[in-house]
Parts: sequence; structure tokens; C-alpha cells
Amino acid sequence: MSIKYMDEYRDSEISRKLVEKIGNLSRNAIRLMEVCGTHTVAIFRSGIRSVLPETITLLSGPGCPVCVTDQKEIDAFIELARTKDVIITTFGDLMRVPGTFSSLQQERADGRDIRVVYSTFDALEVAKKNPEKKVVFLGIGFETTAPTIAAAILAAVQREIENFLVISAHKLVPPALEALVATANVAIDGFILPGHVSVIIGLKAYQPFFEKHRIPSVVTGFEPTDILQAILILVEQVEKKYPRLENAYQRAVTFDGNAKAWNMMQEVFETVDAGWRGLGVIPQSGLKIRERFRAHDAARVFDIQVHGTQDPRGCACGEILTGLKTPPECPLYKTRCSPTDPVGPCMVSSEGTCAAYYRYHAD
Amino acid sequence: MMKIDKIVLDHGSGGKISHRLTADLMLPIFDNAILAQLNDGAIFDLAGMRLAFSTDSYTVDPIFFPGGNIGDLAINGTVNDIAMCGATPLYLSVGLIIEEGLPMSDLESILIEMGKAAKTAGVTVVTGDTKVVPRGAADRIFINTSGIGLIPEDVQIAGNQARPGDKIIISGSIADHGIVVLTQREGLTFDSAVVSDTAPLNHMVGRMLAGGKKVHVLRDPTRGGVGTALNEIALQSGVGLKIFEEKIPVKGPVAGMCELLGYDPLYLANEGKLLAFVSPEDAEAVLAAMRADKYGKEAVVIGEVVSDHAGQVFMQTRIGGTRIVDMLTGEQLPRIC
Ligand code: SF4
Repeated sequence: MSIKYMDEYRDSEISRKLVEKIGNLSRNAIRLMEVCGTHTVAIFRSGIRSVLPETITLLSGPGCPVCVTDQKEIDAFIELARTKDVIITTFGDLMRVPGTFSSLQQERADGRDIRVVYSTFDALEVAKKNPEKKVVFLGIGFETTAPTIAAAILAAVQREIENFLVISAHKLVPPALEALVATANVAIDGFILPGHVSVIIGLKAYQPFFEKHRIPSVVTGFEPTDILQAILILVEQVEKKYPRLENAYQRAVTFDGNAKAWNMMQEVFETVDAGWRGLGVIPQSGLKIRERFRAHDAARVFDIQVHGTQDPRGCACGEILTGLKTPPECPLYKTRCSPTDPVGPCMVSSEGTCAAYYRYHAD
Repeated sequence: MMKIDKIVLDHGSGGKISHRLTADLMLPIFDNAILAQLNDGAIFDLAGMRLAFSTDSYTVDPIFFPGGNIGDLAINGTVNDIAMCGATPLYLSVGLIIEEGLPMSDLESILIEMGKAAKTAGVTVVTGDTKVVPRGAADRIFINTSGIGLIPEDVQIAGNQARPGDKIIISGSIADHGIVVLTQREGLTFDSAVVSDTAPLNHMVGRMLAGGKKVHVLRDPTRGGVGTALNEIALQSGVGLKIFEEKIPVKGPVAGMCELLGYDPLYLANEGKLLAFVSPEDAEAVLAAMRADKYGKEAVVIGEVVSDHAGQVFMQTRIGGTRIVDMLTGEQLPRIC
């Protein structure tokens, strides 16, 4: 486990120097988007926004797994939880997300068997211990979580745990970047690309996107110095009008990515068009469980019907996820919507932009 | 907005949602001035003496964890709540709710630790109660402890006493208990020797108050962590707080585990740490008193009380930025990616 170097990369001296360099270099007003929710939180927690020059605006992108999950999918999860003899296993972040009529938290209080797990393998154990029930794992997240879920399905096959199922609502990052740029509503001068996702997919996964649009793009890690380093590189590229795709997270990310994880993902999943909150349906941006593993695919095993799905009234999560709005521009922010009474998922998830603003941003 | 019409786990998290439950439901029903102070324990006069009275229930899972078990935790918790009122804890009650089937040896180990903890703290357990409930009606064992203590005459400590200029001191590294329990519960391996910090703090408080040093607020940041405790004090005292990230002691492995799981150490529980708000002229003396105690060796000043931003907590980050530190909303959850 990589614990020892945390402090090293937090080094305040290095950070302060980076901030100074950014300040000296930045002339033109630019808008940079951090695509990943973990980056959003790291940026707020370390107070990066408060030390950057006024020329630089940071926008948060569609990188919070819970937030981009389509409202229909949330409603389907809740419907599944109400199914007889089903145990739902999920990452905790989903519990509080309001669906159209209920939330998993509410359902649990109503007596449904919903368990928060820390990894898909915990979910597999739940399945093993409850052979008379069907144990469904709610598969959300990006290329980071998808391989672990693929691994769990493969393990279920191998260990003959037939009552372990997954409902796959996974999303892929590169198609989302494409969709973001295509909407053309948002002018983005540079992308801070996700670290964990890139560990799996490698720098090469962004190459087609980069070649097509030539927008400065840097993969980086989650320490304040990593993020500042990426911002410095982006400012440099923009100022010199020399866009490149760069890797500022070499201690973890390679050009080719993690082949083993990638292959496992390919074995279990195939890409499909998928609906995203805020971005609509994006071609080939989701993962579906392959026919071979149909017995473990909750979407095929259960006939889940959801009706009357509606996005939370007045919630601007969709626009926030695409950088069109910032949370204070949503009329509900801090009035009707707070982490205690979230209206939309962006206020629920710890990685959500609204929650990050609420928790860390001084107005 | 969906109305929550049932109790959910967040109601017990010690964060905002718990506070709302207290404020909206309990306060109006039990309506009285002592409860309304919302200190760690109640402070009141009785027969010419000033007393502190406190109660707490323990439901920790796992019941045995590195550094302690539910037994010493229950004793230390109430001892500390009383000590945070500036009182000398004296007598405790213990109520046990035991699930049918608990191994006798487990109960014995828990009680032995309780006995030891009481002895160390110098308190006497004078009354108790035991109930056994059918399997499934409780999770192995729940413990309630209540206690009373005597407040020395010249001591004036309460959550509403923080004043601009006060120094904010923490007695040692934060989040140890929280991270140990979380990782144990989830069966995550923790490749280091971090253990729960459960400890009685009353002797250290005695040293801190000796000689009339001007301590204004004491609080043990248990559930909800340092972040929540500071917010409570900022609100109760109507002042702003400024803390410095660099100054806040977090053990390396604890910081690493938090990073990995997406937890903020500021919101993880401590069971043997205290926050003290001290008049600036006495800050050095109080620090010295704390460092002379076994449980305060790493005591440091982490910030100060300011006159603006009433009710808010600000943090200067390592990189020189500023951000607010909000109260915990509900239970902290691990992140997904
Ligand atoms: S503040 Fe609340 S309602 Fe507004 S966009 Fe964010 S989550 Fe939605």
C-alpha cells in the first residue's frame, strides 16, 4: 500500500512554488475542467481554487459516478430492492440518492435488505452466505470499478455462486469527453484527466479524442502538488498554443494501462449506448454484461419495470455535470438543497460538485 | 424533496442530522434550560454544589478492536464527557443489554476492561442493570454508562465560552479510533500498528485546570470528529474559528488509509483526545500541563478563535489556500473510485 509518500506529495513548499509559477505564466483567461469527482474533492479540500490567479476558472465535469447515473437507473435500483428474495449490495454513496419516488436509504428503513459494501468481493461473500436469496450488486462507476466487478462475476462463475448478480450501469470516460466537447455549449481550454481511471485505460485511451480536438489534456494524481502540476502544464500549453496529451502521473499511469484489468473488463462486458444524467444518451459509453454471463446479469434475470421517472424538480445537476453552471447558480443551492436534504445526486455524493461547494467553498 | 419518515442510520451519526433530531424532537419535549445548553454533559447546581451529569450508549461494532473493547470505551466515554464539563468524575452507572448467545468469556473480557478503566480513571461504578434480549434483538452487547462529577468552584467551562483570541489546542493525533473501527469492521487489512486511542482524560483535565488557568471550552471530539466538534463550538459561542491544516496531527498510516477510502480524518471519531479553547496568555502553560500527561504528549495549537465569520470554521490548507470546514452531514461513506 502506498502510504509513505503521502506527505511528500503534499509538501506545502513545492505547492507554493507551483502556485507562484502558475501565477507568473498565466495571461489569458482560461477554463479548465477536472473530469473526475475525486479531483473535484481534492481541489476543494486543499483549497486550490483559492490560490489560483483570477485568470483560471476550474470547472467540474461528469466524473462523479453516482451523479452521472441516470435517474431511470436509480429508479430501477430501487425497484430491484423491492423485489422479493433480493438482497441489494451497494457502495454507500448510492444510499441517499433520491430517485423519483424513494431512495435506497428510505427503502432500507422500510425493511428492504440493502447492504453497504466496500468492495464487490464483499458482495460475493454476502451471496455465498445467503444461497436462498438473489444478491444483486449495483454496478456503477467508471473504468476503475468495472474491472473489479468483472473479476467478481468471473469469480462467481468459477466458485459457482449462482445467486450473485450485477446490474450494470457502468460508464466510460473517453466517450463522455467526446460528448462534452460535442455539445459545444461549453468552451473548455484544457482537461485535467482522471488518475485512477487512467491507471486502467492508459494514456492511449485518450489519443483518438485528443487527435480529433487538440485540446490540452493532462492525466494527473490526487495530491495537491499533482493537481497544481497539471494546471501548470495546461496553462503552459494554452499560453504557448501547443496542445498535447501529457501524463503527469507517471508513478501510476502508463501509456498502455493495465492490460490484465482491461482484458477482464472486455471478457465480461461489451459496450452499449448509455444514458447519462446531464449528457443524455452517449453512443458506446456504457457497459453491458455479455450474453455468456447472462445468469449473473440482473437486467436479464429480472423484469424491472420503472414508470414515471422524473429528474428532481428544479435540480440543475445536469448542467453542473457539464460545466454549464456552478452550484451557486442553482436556485435551490443552500435554500432547499443541502447535504442533509439533498434534492439531486450532486449534493448527495461525497464526490458531487454541489456537495463539494457546500462543504468546502466559502461564499 | 423526499421527507424521511423513519429513523435512518444518519440520525445517529453525530452530524447535522443527529443535531436536528435533538433540536426538533427532544428539546421541545423535554423543554428545560439545562438540556438546552447542549454540552457534553448537563451542568447544574444542587445543594450548594455544581455538578456535571452525563450519559452515553455504546453500540460499537466490532466489540473488540485493537486498543480496547466496548467495555473500556464505555467507561472512558462517560468519564470524558464529565471531564469536558471541567468536572471531576466520581460515580458511574452501567447498563448492559446483552444478546442471547454472547459467549460468557466475551462478557468477562468486557467487564474486566471496564473494571480496569474505572480504576485508571479513579471512578466508582455504583449501580448497574443487566438485560438479556432474544437473539437478533440486539447485536451481541450494548452498554450504557451514566456518571456524575463535581465541578470545582472557580471553573467555568462550556461550549459557549470561546472568545476571540483563544487558542485552540488538540491533545494528540486525530482519527485513530475511527479508522481502526472502520477498517476492522470492513475486514480491511491495516498494515500498521495504529490502535484505538480510547483513554480517560480526566487526569489531564485536572492538570490543565490546576492553578486557575483560563480554559474556556473543553470538548472530546468523538462521533463526528474534530470537524463537527469545532462547528458545534463555533455555533454555541457565536464566533469564527480558524485552523491550520499543517498543524493538525494525523498519523501517517491513518492519513494513508483515509486517502485510500476517501475519508476526511477531520470527521472520524476520537475516543481519547480533547480540544481545548484557552486564553492566549495561558496557552503555553496549558500546553505544558497537557504534554506532562500520558495522553497529551503530542498536544499542539491548531488554530484560534476569530471575531468575524461567526458560526463558521475556516481552515488554511497546506498549500496556503483557504476552505471552510463544515459539520458532518451523515455517516461518512467510502468513495467509489
Ligand atoms: S444544488 Fe441541489 S438542486 Fe441544485 S443542482 Fe445541486 S443537487 Fe441539484
